[in-house]
Amino acid sequence: MARMKFLCDADRCIECNACVTACKNEHEVPWGINRRRVVTINDGKPGERSVSMACMHCTDAPCAAVCPVNCFYTTADAVVLHSKDLCIGCGYCFYACPFGAPQYPKVGNFGSRGKMDKCTFCAGGPEADHSKEEYEKYGSNRLAEGKLPLCAEMCSTKSLLAGDGDIIAQIYKERVVRRGYGSGAWGWKTAYKESIAT
Amino acid sequence: MAGLFANARFIVAALALALIVGVAAPAGAQQRNSDNSVNPTASAVKEDQLLNALKSGPGGGDSISGRVSIPDQKSGNLIQPAGQAWRAFHEGALHWLAAIAILGMLAVLVVFYLMRGMVKLENGRSGRSIVRFNAFERGVHWMTAGCFIVLAITGLNISFGKSLLLPLFGADAFAAWSQWGKYAHNYLSFPFTLGVVLMLLMWVANNIPNGVDIAWIKRGGGIVGNDHPPAYKFNAGQKVIYWIVVLGGGCVATTGYFLMFPFYGTDIAGMQLAQVIHATVAVLFIAAMIAHIYIGSIGMDGFSRSRPAAA
Ligand code: HEM
Ligand code: SF4
Ligand code: SF4
Repeated sequence: MARMKFLCDADRCIECNACVTACKNEHEVPWGINRRRVVTINDGKPGERSVSMACMHCTDAPCAAVCPVNCFYTTADAVVLHSKDLCIGCGYCFYACPFGAPQYPKVGNFGSRGKMDKCTFCAGGPEADHSKEEYEKYGSNRLAEGKLPLCAEMCSTKSLLAGDGDIIAQIYKERVVRRGYGSGAWGWKTAYKESIAT
Repeated sequence: MAGLFANARFIVAALALALIVGVAAPAGAQQRNSDNSVNPTASAVKEDQLLNALKSGPGGGDSISGRVSIPDQKSGNLIQPAGQAWRAFHEGALHWLAAIAILGMLAVLVVFYLMRGMVKLENGRSGRSIVRFNAFERGVHWMTAGCFIVLAITGLNISFGKSLLLPLFGADAFAAWSQWGKYAHNYLSFPFTLGVVLMLLMWVANNIPNGVDIAWIKRGGGIVGNDHPPAYKFNAGQKVIYWIVVLGGGCVATTGYFLMFPFYGTDIAGMQLAQVIHATVAVLFIAAMIAHIYIGSIGMDGFSRSRPAAA
């Protein structure tokens, strides 16, 4: 089985936010929630870089470790998913997550936290693949159709890569060798305890 | 006039020089690749460098952040490694702290009870009872106490439920119970906080420590030994409990509301800190209240008759 990962090549990202829009549309993500966002560092200064970030589907995922109802599970492809039926909206996964991935609709008591929502690597949730329930809670399940996450698939500069970790690391390495530079595989050290030498 | 021209020539020459230097400088500073092509990332932000800046302490901030164009500005935090330390607290230190404080207190009380037993009234009952607390005070006490017990159970469920109850209940039943627990914890926080505020107002005057308390402690307070030192309305032991409730209650309420209303006046670092304080104070508070319950029940004679007989 593949070990799915995301990789954003910040030297290619042009901050077009198409990945953000594609994700919202593909999964009908509710207003106010962004499973993916593009962060621009040193905006307007020399050396500015943009990084598209969502849940990184961490190894030994911190969110899963702290969840008081153990509602996370890791698929055979190493995608970190959770059950909205079990989630109680306590916010703990957000405190533990290094990438600010978990989001909460403001539907809980006093408009605080509803059931957590985050990037699923386009792999749905615990419900039956392609069921109406799965779509309503988690969005579409492209992985089950044999397709990779839409954000990366439609990225016009192929900055955002999604897929088997070894393969996307290889693509990135080749790019770095060819062009002679690379600002690093953002988040890899934190999420996967490894980095790609550049 | 000639001087002016000379000056102007000098200025022009200086500007021209500056222009040459200015144009040449960045080109010279630009790093080149081995094949002499320009390296456009020479000044680019690198993740490594930013992560190292975070490690170097508070000056580096607690997250790598930037600008986002979506309305949710807090999503500009790209990487925030502090969650790892918070995870270690929540899954490690907190469990030990809670287990030692709560089980330790229970063990101490069991040993104490076996050694000392119930502290009896020396000369039996006088046959008369006096009203120490009026109905309103008793109502406030029991409202706060009732809320506290529910808050403690539902709170400990967040810390220990998945280890202790989840295997017994199964995932669905445990999630349902925890969801109700969360509602109870959230809603009962209001009457609990009200109770703590009322206790502060009702009893603060009687709880200022004074010289009598020192004498009381020196004589063992009647719990250690068989003395019966005098006290005003509240003895030193009761004053300690009072201040644990008022200060501890104030502390869990403040930190609890920061957790309940995310991002109001805090950011993620603030909420992590609030959670650490909330959980730490809560488990110590629970241990202290177990002692309070012990003394108020089997530790001291008269519990079952503490209410005015005929009122
Ligand atoms: C007075 C107002 C209080 C408020 C607003 C409050 C709020 C909260 C919130 C929002 C949480 C996070 C979990 C969740 O959403 O359910 C929490 C956790 C917790 N609370 Fe409270 N709480 C209060 C009082 C108390 C009291 C009096 C106790 C103890 C007797 C307590 C013990 C705990 C414990 C043990 C946790 C779980 C800590 C952990 O494992 O992370 N709380 N509280
Ligand atoms: S990025 Fe956050 S939400 Fe995703 S697996 Fe890691 S800790 Fe969990
Ligand atoms: S918000 Fe939901 S998923 Fe996140 S830790 Fe709490 S219960 Fe688990």
